[in-house]
Amino acid sequence: MPDPYWLRVNGADHEVADADLAESLLFVLRERLGLTGTKNACTEGECSSCAVLVDGVLTCSCLVLAAGAVGAEITTVEGLGDSRDGLSVVQEAFVDEGAVQCGFCTPGLIVAVHDLLETDPDPSDGDIREALSGNLCRCTGYGRILAAVHSAAATKRSQP
Amino acid sequence: MNGVVVARGLQEALSDLSERPDATVLAGGTDLMVEMNRGLRRPRRVVAVSQVPELRQWSVANDRVVVGGGVTYTEMMTTPLAQAAPALAQAARTVGSPPIRNAGTLGGNLGTASPAGDTLPVLAALNAQIVVAGPDGERRMELEEFVVGVKQTSLQPGELIVRAEMDRPRGPQEFLKIGPRNAMVISMAGLALVVDRDARAVRCALGAVAAGIPRAREAEAWVAERIDWDNGAGVDGAVADEFGPRVAAACAPIDDHRSTAAYRRHAVAVLATRALKRAFPQGGADDA
Ligand SMILES: Cc1cc2nc3c(=O)[nH]c(=O)nc-3n(C[C@H](O)[C@H](O)[C@H](O)COP(=O)(O)OP(=O)(O)OC[C@H]3O[C@@H](n4cnc5c(N)ncnc54)[C@H](O)[C@@H]3O)c2cc1C
Repeated sequence: MPDPYWLRVNGADHEVADADLAESLLFVLRERLGLTGTKNACTEGECSSCAVLVDGVLTCSCLVLAAGAVGAEITTVEGLGDSRDGLSVVQEAFVDEGAVQCGFCTPGLIVAVHDLLETDPDPSDGDIREALSGNLCRCTGYGRILAAVHSAAATKRSQP
Repeated sequence: MNGVVVARGLQEALSDLSERPDATVLAGGTDLMVEMNRGLRRPRRVVAVSQVPELRQWSVANDRVVVGGGVTYTEMMTTPLAQAAPALAQAARTVGSPPIRNAGTLGGNLGTASPAGDTLPVLAALNAQIVVAGPDGERRMELEEFVVGVKQTSLQPGELIVRAEMDRPRGPQEFLKIGPRNAMVISMAGLALVVDRDARAVRCALGAVAAGIPRAREAEAWVAERIDWDNGAGVDGAVADEFGPRVAAACAPIDDHRSTAAYRRHAVAVLATRALKRAFPQGGADDA
């Protein structure tokens, strides 16, 4: 068995032992670290349900070699919530606007929307569609998702 | 797999590779990890190069643009590279989705060497030189010498794609591609067109319509003689229309799961005419 390695996820260091070095970050997050918020669907970058931030950069975790992510700061959907009341502004907006149906794509969308609003506090419909063009949702038709992003952006802008 | 090395510098990456000739280079992983996840590739060792600063460099000079192998699509779109090599930025903008563009690199597009690799026609139209480094130093070659077949390159074991050096001509540039939707689409046909006003030349290269990345050299020469370079009146509509089929003559397409040969040939003709008309809009010169 290869040597164990360490990953830094949501601000904490995790040891990954007895793992095959070919495993993706998605697999390690879910199967080795028990962080099942990140969803596993296509494993080929087509759906973004596994989106995470690696050193602050929006990435498909299925396309990251876990053992190659040593030293990086990884943020999953579990790391985005507000520490006081649980949900982030983006998550609240998804709930309030009914942007969640089966919920499978939701974590990837939440991560992508956090990333979008980090750089663009007031995105247009076009900006949102572009930013989320890699996130597949098969339930909602995206209308409610669009509404949730606008609502989250407005809430964030109104906060001091 | 029995080893993963995260290289932190070019020399380190090269010596890691020469010590482990069976190692596979990993950049953004957007091609390699797909194959590993499917079990199609099982590297014995991996040398990860995304933390190698030398590969992430780029520079823009008066007549030259240099893009490191580790530069991502997002960087091609959002840095001054976007103004210096607009067709490269346009091609980058059509790749996958934001997370794919954040990870995928120029070196990975070259390393995969798919005929549908969207940067490749741009590199061909900008007369790019591909610079690779190995244990014996650097060598440089034209794209035609680098991509030697479908997903085949002349890269030797132990070598890294360090950078591409391309022209920065004065004149408009276009990249266009055809696929079933706007995002997340692999080209069914792609085309880069570059105008060089000083050389009075038009350069046009094609993606996804041949085993390699053909330049439409005959059509390039034909159209260059029919452009009103001196008065800036641009191109006659009839010339632009005829340019399309002339460019399409340079492709050698096949039927596959993405499209048919006949459609690809048709699409290339439409793209070529469209690109030329955009480069020379009706009513005068565009000094972009
Ligand atoms: C969902 C999705 C959509 C996509 N859409 C497009 C698209 O629209 N257009 C397009 O062209 N491509 C597309 N791709 C393919 C891919 O993103 C590109 O080919 C990308 O440029 C690969 O770069 P990478 O850094 O991820 O390469 P990797 O996957 O890390 O490597 C690819 C190959 O190149 C080799 N390699 C990488 N860097 C070097 C180097 N510096 N020196 C030597 N060898 C090297 C590797 O060994 C490997 O063989 C898509 C992929 C996905 C998953």
